[in-house]
Amino acid sequence: MIIQIIVSVGALLVLIGLWGLLTRRNLIKMIIGFSIMDTGTHLIIVGLGYREGATAPILDSSITPGTHFVDPIPSALVLTAIVIGLAVTALMLAYAVRLYSSRGSALIEDFKENAL
Amino acid sequence: MIKRFLAIIALLGAAAVLLPFVLNLPTEEALPELASKYIENAPGELGAANLVTSIIVTYRGLDTLGEVAVLFAATAAVGLLLKRTGNEVGVSHWKSSEILKSGGGFLFPLIILYGVYIFLHGHLTPGGGFQGGVVIATGFLLLLLSGSVDSFNHTVMSLVESLSGFAYVAVALAGLIWAAGFLDPRFLPQGDFGRLFSAGAIPVIYSLIGLKVGAELLGILDAMRCKVRREGVTA
Amino acid sequence: MNIFIVIILGVLMLAAAGTALYMKSLSAAVIAAGAVSLLASVLYLLLAAPDVAMTEAAIGSALTTVVFLYALSRMRGTKKEDPRD
Repeated sequence: MIIQIIVSVGALLVLIGLWGLLTRRNLIKMIIGFSIMDTGTHLIIVGLGYREGATAPILDSSITPGTHFVDPIPSALVLTAIVIGLAVTALMLAYAVRLYSSRGSALIEDFKENAL
Repeated sequence: MIKRFLAIIALLGAAAVLLPFVLNLPTEEALPELASKYIENAPGELGAANLVTSIIVTYRGLDTLGEVAVLFAATAAVGLLLKRTGNEVGVSHWKSSEILKSGGGFLFPLIILYGVYIFLHGHLTPGGGFQGGVVIATGFLLLLLSGSVDSFNHTVMSLVESLSGFAYVAVALAGLIWAAGFLDPRFLPQGDFGRLFSAGAIPVIYSLIGLKVGAELLGILDAMRCKVRREGVTA
Repeated sequence: MNIFIVIILGVLMLAAAGTALYMKSLSAAVIAAGAVSLLASVLYLLLAAPDVAMTEAAIGSALTTVVFLYALSRMRGTKKEDPRD
């Protein structure tokens, strides 16, 4: 049941982020939409690895032989994906800053081909 | 209007792609074969308590190496795009108070200690190189925001970054020579399960990743911030 | 019990995401986007993925917000000069 909710929330976040990416006119808002999409996909991937009643994949003295773990592979994938997400967001923001300093505007319609 | 219509069509297409995920979720309790293999074998093979760390550093270690390389490329691109041209240097009119400065100076070593703790214990507790590196970067960010320092020594930053990257590859090659393969951490003794000095070279590799990630993220922050020159004018 | 917390967090996340896209003020939108990440990190903790939760809390909500705010301050600074200059 929890998996269904998590994956639906993640899918809705992806859709919200895509909507923002397509309809917002400000570059910063578009990048925000992109980072919301990022969070949504991470949520879907981690949600797919969850198992009801399972514990985190870390062994300590409280673990008995019958304990169930969640899938550690999605966690490992998402961990690196989050760091890459920050780097990509920073790269997009750097481009946005450069565009702004060249044109004095952050609105996407000021960057049309014929406006050059 | 037509733009909005096209956006709605794109959204519906994305929804159609995502819908199977929501409807056909895995219902079985058992984990996939690869995951259960990792869970069964990793503690005995590597001696690390945190299975996520075992996967990141060893089983999927090559991915992590590539990931750190991508991070480096992105940092270099940000630095290139936001190269200082000289005319964007503004003058800041506020001066941080003494309380802010000493508070930042007091918290800074504690935050660094916490970051080092996180990446040294990556094989035992949640956390590791990436999280520890980020915590270290935020510690330096605190110094920057509280006005204790105005800029960082770029030579030291790039030295830490490139040396830790070099050492990471060197440790990986040591695994190739003295153990089973590239990035194999078992060329160092495994030690007692659950102690700080255990799990072979996993803590070494993760600490190097932590230093590299911290230096790279600090590079991104340093490139992104407004270059201001502080003057002694109090607000 | 857990399900209620998950539902509340999910609804809050969606609301924060909508706020981030439709807020007039850009800095408020950036903060709302940071709130999405912070709520996501709580969800990761409930999903038994503490490593991911730590990363998301440190990177997603702290560093990403700071990078966004730095970019915002640069995009504001070049056009309108500080009147006191």
